[in-house]
Amino acid sequence: MNNNFQPKIIAFCCNWCSYPAADAAGISRLQYPANIRIVRVMCGGRVTTGLVLKAFELGADGVLIATCHFEDCHYLFGAKRASEVHKITEKLVQILGIEPERLRLDWISAAEAPKFAKVVKEFVEAVKKVGPSPIRKKVTDDKYQIPEEIK
Amino acid sequence: MNLKEAVKKSKAYLCLECGKCTGICPISKFNRGYSPRILVNKTLRKNDTTLLKDKNIWNCLTCRLCDEQCPADIDYIELTQAIRIEAQRIGEEAFCSHGGAAQSLMRIMTSESLQQKRLDWIDKNLKVAGTGEVLYFVGCLPYFDALFTETGVETLRAARATVKILNHIGVTPVILHQERCCGHDLLWSGDLENFKKLAEQNINEIKKCGAKKIIFSCPEGYRTFKLDYPKYFDCDFEVQYITDVISEAISNKNVKFKDFNKTVTFQDPCRLGRHLGVYDTPREAITTIPKIQFIEMPRTRNRAICCGVSAWMNCSTFSKSIQLMRLKEAKKTGANLLILSCPKCEIHFNCAMKDEKAGKDAKIETIQLVTLVADAIEE
Repeated sequence: MNNNFQPKIIAFCCNWCSYPAADAAGISRLQYPANIRIVRVMCGGRVTTGLVLKAFELGADGVLIATCHFEDCHYLFGAKRASEVHKITEKLVQILGIEPERLRLDWISAAEAPKFAKVVKEFVEAVKKVGPSPIRKKVTDDKYQIPEEIK
Repeated sequence: MNLKEAVKKSKAYLCLECGKCTGICPISKFNRGYSPRILVNKTLRKNDTTLLKDKNIWNCLTCRLCDEQCPADIDYIELTQAIRIEAQRIGEEAFCSHGGAAQSLMRIMTSESLQQKRLDWIDKNLKVAGTGEVLYFVGCLPYFDALFTETGVETLRAARATVKILNHIGVTPVILHQERCCGHDLLWSGDLENFKKLAEQNINEIKKCGAKKIIFSCPEGYRTFKLDYPKYFDCDFEVQYITDVISEAISNKNVKFKDFNKTVTFQDPCRLGRHLGVYDTPREAITTIPKIQFIEMPRTRNRAICCGVSAWMNCSTFSKSIQLMRLKEAKKTGANLLILSCPKCEIHFNCAMKDEKAGKDAKIETIQLVTLVADAIEE
């Protein structure tokens, strides 16, 4: 395995818990790998199977879904919905033959900046271990080319 | 193929503007903004730049109901396909239902390095082989089973039933480990490039396993292999739908059925019926089962109404209205079991029944045709 492999990871963070946690991690200068690209969503329940699969389709090496804890969800049922959707997505990812390590759901509250840094560190390590995604750079559709500046 | 060729090939220039297509179109019945006649008209107009950007081109169900009625014999769905391919080329895209999950799955499958693990559904009592003469093309059933668990539909039951039937008549079917989606949905949503990639991989896999005959339980896969693959690739497989296999077995007296005490009705899937003309063998398979009471719906065979969505795009309130209309029609016949032979019909009807607006008169139990037959077989 190439030691220089730097995975590209999409992290869907919910607006009320995980995104502020990421923010707080930055403010308190906690170190975590720069492999993640955060997509802020209003709620973890917004992250559908389609969004996760689209990330994989476009060549993401891993997808992290970070939501509130069940009892703190801003919309009451959003975090629960996220875990339901995650269950379906997990199964699809498994049938597709994408390694299960590439998809992770975690619950990070706004006060848990160290946990955010820890989860990202662990996830990046895990994805580095399984190597580049089998779908990576195989999508040649012009419309979905990854822009040069973030390659 | 550009639009000019498509017009020539589909004979759209013969349009009489009679409007029979719009009159019979299930989408037009509920969506007043959509009309096949106007779209044909628009295609024929010179220097019309609005056609490819028109959102209506994605509404067509390609169910072929209009083609059956057309006095000028225009192939409207082929025209629609060509228009969509052109539109996709200039960057227009359909609204994909389910957050685009189904489309993403298919596009992920175009990746050659993918090693799928899609055979977990095969039970110990089912006999399958790695190489041989007869292949069973499972299609997207494992994916649909996972993706639509919330509708309560188990599409994989149909796959198990098909293998069971084949085993019973003495066939051990080959099942491919790395089979891809047949590409039907990508083709009908205009993504010709990825369709070709999927088709190429499937044909290579099938040639590798040495199968001469392919059996389908999904009408869409059957259509795609029978009509669309030969258009773009050279492939000389014999393709057969599972009901044809069953009817052969019935005439050879290879199968015996148990009694089945229920009143049933049958929904003709558009791909199997109007696209390929298979009407009789499903009915033969149903009516051969003893004590079953089979009632036809008022609109049946080549006038059957589509299940409301095609190629996982543009699912809307109009689709729901079509589905409820059809379900009510099925319930009104007095049947208590609706037999379907397309996995998508089953998913769509069950989804519609979960709707709050669906009253008691639209609730009817559904079953896949192959599951019904497999359960009724006497061992």
